[in-house]
Amino acid sequence: MSNELFTLRVNGSDHDVADSWLGESLLDVLRDRIGLMGSKGACTQGECGSCSVLVDGVLVCSCLVMGASAVDQEIVTIEGVAPVGTPSDVQQAFVDAGAVQCGFCTPGLVMAVHDLLERTGSPTDTEIREELAGNVCRCTGYGRIIDAVQQVAVRRSSDHDGGRGDAS
Amino acid sequence: MTVIEEPRTTIRSGTIGDSPVRPDGVAKVQGTYAFSSDLHADGCLFGATLRSPHPHARIVAIDLSAAWKLNGVEAVITAEDVPGQLTYGLIAQDQPVFAVDVVRYVGEPIAAVAAIDPETARRALDAIEVTYEVLTPLLDPEAAIAGGHDPIHPDGNLIRHQHIVHGDPSATGAVVVEGTYEIGMQDQAFLGLEAAIAYPDPGADGVELHVATQWLHEDQKQIAACLGFADEKVRMVLGGVGGAFGAREDISLQVHTCLLALRLARPVRMAYSRAESFLGHVHRHPATIWMRHHADADGRLVNVEARFVFDGGAYASTSSAVLVNGITMAQGPYACPNGMVDGYAARTNHLPCGAMRGFGAVQACFAYESQMDKLAAACGVEPAEIRLRNAMKTGDTLFTGQPVLNVAPVEDCIRETMALPLPDEPVGGTPLSDGSQDAMKLPGGAGRTADAGDIVRGIGWGVSIKNLMYSENFDDYSTARCRLADGVATLKFATAEVGQGFITIAAQIARSILGVDEVELDQIDTHIGSAGSTSASRQTWMSGGAVDAACRAARERLFEAVGTAHGIEPIRLMIEGTDVIDTAGDLRIPVVEASSGLTIDETIEYHHPPTEDLDENGQGNCHTAFAFVAHRAVVDVDPELGLVKVVQIATAQDVGNALNPLSVVGQIEGGIAQGLGLAVMEEIIQIDGVIRNGNFTDYLLPTFLDMPPVLATLIEQPDPHAPLGAKGVGEPPCISSTPAVVAAIRDALRQAGIDAPLDRVPVRPADICL
Repeated sequence: MSNELFTLRVNGSDHDVADSWLGESLLDVLRDRIGLMGSKGACTQGECGSCSVLVDGVLVCSCLVMGASAVDQEIVTIEGVAPVGTPSDVQQAFVDAGAVQCGFCTPGLVMAVHDLLERTGSPTDTEIREELAGNVCRCTGYGRIIDAVQQVAVRRSSDHDGGRGDAS
Repeated sequence: MTVIEEPRTTIRSGTIGDSPVRPDGVAKVQGTYAFSSDLHADGCLFGATLRSPHPHARIVAIDLSAAWKLNGVEAVITAEDVPGQLTYGLIAQDQPVFAVDVVRYVGEPIAAVAAIDPETARRALDAIEVTYEVLTPLLDPEAAIAGGHDPIHPDGNLIRHQHIVHGDPSATGAVVVEGTYEIGMQDQAFLGLEAAIAYPDPGADGVELHVATQWLHEDQKQIAACLGFADEKVRMVLGGVGGAFGAREDISLQVHTCLLALRLARPVRMAYSRAESFLGHVHRHPATIWMRHHADADGRLVNVEARFVFDGGAYASTSSAVLVNGITMAQGPYACPNGMVDGYAARTNHLPCGAMRGFGAVQACFAYESQMDKLAAACGVEPAEIRLRNAMKTGDTLFTGQPVLNVAPVEDCIRETMALPLPDEPVGGTPLSDGSQDAMKLPGGAGRTADAGDIVRGIGWGVSIKNLMYSENFDDYSTARCRLADGVATLKFATAEVGQGFITIAAQIARSILGVDEVELDQIDTHIGSAGSTSASRQTWMSGGAVDAACRAARERLFEAVGTAHGIEPIRLMIEGTDVIDTAGDLRIPVVEASSGLTIDETIEYHHPPTEDLDENGQGNCHTAFAFVAHRAVVDVDPELGLVKVVQIATAQDVGNALNPLSVVGQIEGGIAQGLGLAVMEEIIQIDGVIRNGNFTDYLLPTFLDMPPVLATLIEQPDPHAPLGAKGVGEPPCISSTPAVVAAIRDALRQAGIDAPLDRVPVRPADICL
C-alpha cells in the first residue's frame, strides 16, 4: 500500500488524503479516509445510486470515480447540502412526505433530486422517474419519493427565492 | 382490546391516527444517521470470511500458515477456534459457524481473519489454502424427498414433511382445474449491507455487539451458545438497519465478529460486500406447487388438492415454518369445505433459504391465484367475480380446522379495489406534446425497442390471506418499558427498527395513552426483555401491544397519584388531550404538572393467546391472526419481444386500524414493488449450485421506471383481537401483487391470441414470446 498524498476539495474545504491507494474509489476515500460517512455503498458498481455525489456539478456514483481523479474538482456530498439540523427543502420534503423508511438510499436520492431540480424546475412524472431511475430504493416503492419531489417543485415555482436548499 | 377513541377529525398532533414524521427522519436525510456499516472504533481490526467455492465438497486440509505470515494479519480462525456450540440456527441448530469436514453450499464460511485493514484481510483470505475433494451436489429437491440420495447432512435430506386433510378429500365438483407452478429464488436485497462491530469486555469474558438485525435476543441466544457464554455475557445493541425483509433474521456475521474480537481482545468490524451478501444471508424459497381445484358449475370451491415442495437449500433456517405457512394458506382467502395438502421442505446443496417478506404465503398465493383464474375461465365468470363468490368471512374454517376469528373483509377488499379507477392513460402511454410516442411509457422503456402498435393491455387480479405473528405454539411475546416524569414519557424496547417505522408509532401510542407531547426513545438493545422478531407483520400488534400496555400501566400509577393528592377515586380520572380530568367533577390538571416529581416506571410483557401444533393430519389452531388484501394490476405487454410495463396497481388492504396512515401507504407501495419484482424480474440464478448473478447489475430490482402508480384504499375495520385494533401491514402487499401482475400479462396475451401458461415467476421475456 502506498502513502499517496493528494488533496480533495469537498463541500468547500480542502482535505488531505493520506494512505489511499491510487485506484481507491471516491466513495471509499470520502468514507474511510476523510470520514464523511453520509455517502453510502450498496452495490459498488454504479447500479444503485446510494453513493451519489456531485463532482464539478455533475451527479456521479462515487463508487465508480477514482478518488485521486477528483483532485482540483469541487466535490459536494450529502454533508454539504445543508447544515446539520437545518435540512434543505428537498430533505425536509423527504421527511414530511414519508419518503424515508430505512433511509439507506436517501442521501444518494437527495443528491439526485437536488441535481434534477436545479436542471429542471418543473419535471413531469416521467422526467422524475427517468432522472431518478439510477437510484434504487428497496423500501418505499418510490411513490412517496415522487410525492416529495413534486412538493418541492411546486413550492419552488411559487417561491421566487428558489428554496433554501442549494447543492450546486 | 382497545380501539381508537377519537374520530380522525379531532386527532391530536402526533397521536394514533395522525402521521407524524419519523424521529430519525432528519438524521437519515442529512446522512448523519449511523447505519451498522458506518460504525467504527479507534484501533479496530477488520474481519473477512473465507467461503466455499463448491456446492458440496469434503475438506481434506486447510493450510493457514501463509495467511499467518502476512504483515498486518492478527487472527486466522476456523471451526477449531469455536469454543461453544459449533452450529447455530433459528429452529434447528444445524448450520456450522465454520464448515467442519464438509461444505454444503457455495459461500459456506470456512475460516475468518482479522487484519489491520480490509485489504490485508482480503489478501489473507487468498493466502489460505483449502484442499477439497469435490462431491456431487444434491440439487433436485424431489430427489432429496425421494430418499434415494445419501444424506448431505446428519439431519437428513428432508427438513420437514407435513400433511393436511380436511373434510372429504375425495370430494369432486363439476369443474376441475389443475396446474403446476414454480416460484424462483428471490433476494431480499436490502440496501444496507451486513455489518457489525464487536467490543470485547476486558478479560474477554463478554462482548458487546452492534449489528443490524431483526431480533436482538434471538441473535444473543445463538451467539452466546457458540461462544460458550451465558446469554447475558453477550450484550446486543441495534446498529442502524438499512432494510431487512427477512434477510436479517438468521445469523450471518455475528458469531464470526465476536469470535475475532474475543480472540484479539480488540474491537473488530466486519462488513459484507454485495457479492458476499448474496451468499451470506438466506433467500426466499424456490418452490414447485401442484394444485387441483374442484368447484361446482358456479365456481364455488368444493375441494382443493395441493402438493408443495420448498427447496430449503443446505441448512434448515426457518424452512419448517415457511412450509407450514405455505400449506396452511393453500386454499387462499376462500371458503372451501374439503382439502388435502402435502408439503415438503427439502435439503439440497443450493443457497440456504429462510425468511423473506410473505414467508411461504407468497409461494402459495402464486399457485392458488393462478388456479382461481383458471377456474374463472372454466366457469365463464370474471376473475373478480369468482373471488367474490368464494370470499372467506369471519368464522370460516381453514383446512387446519382453525376458524378465522379475525375481521375478514375479503369481499370488501375486492369490491373496494374494483371501485378504484382504471388508468386513463391509453395503451402504450400518453403521447408526448408533439404527438410522438413517449418511449419511457412503453414496455422496454429506454431501450426504445417496442413498436407502439404491438402493445396490448391486460388486467389481472390477486387476493391473499396472511397469518400474522408466529405460529405452532411459539410464544413470541414482546416487552416494553414506560417511564413517566415531568410530562415526558421515556420508552424502552428491544424492537428492531428496520425502516418500517415502529419508533414513530411507539411514540404515537404513548402520546395517545398518556396525554404527553414529549416522548423519548431509549437505545434499542438487550437491556430489556425480548421484543421478538421484526417479522411476520407482528411488531405493530406485539410491540405496539407491549408499549400500549406499559403506557396504560404508567397511566394507572399517574391516576393513583392524582387521586391520592386530590382525594378522588382513580377510576374517575381519564386523559383528555394533554390533561388529567375528573369525569365526575371539575378537576383538570395538565399531565406535565400531574407527573411532576413522580417516578413512574412500568415494564410489561405482552403475549398473544397461545397457538397449537399441527397434528399428523395437519389439524390444529396453529396461527394467531390473519390479514387480507386484494390487488388489481394493469399491464402493457409487447408480445413480440416479451416485454412488460406495469401501468397501475390498485389495492384495498385489511389494516384493522391505520395507526399512521402515511406509514401504512409506505408499506403498501414498498411491498408491491417487491411483489412486482418477483413477478417480472427478480431471481437468483444458480447453475450446478453456483450463483450466477450475485450483484445488482445482473439481479434486477424495480426502479422508479418499473414501479407504476399505486392506488390504495385502507379497509379500516378495527380488529377486536388486536391491542390497538391494528393489523400488521408489511407482508400482504407483496403477496398477491405478484399473481395479479402475472394474471394481467396472461390477459394481455390472450387478447393477442397467445395462450401462454406463465406458470412460473419471475416471468421472463422468453416465457411470453417463445
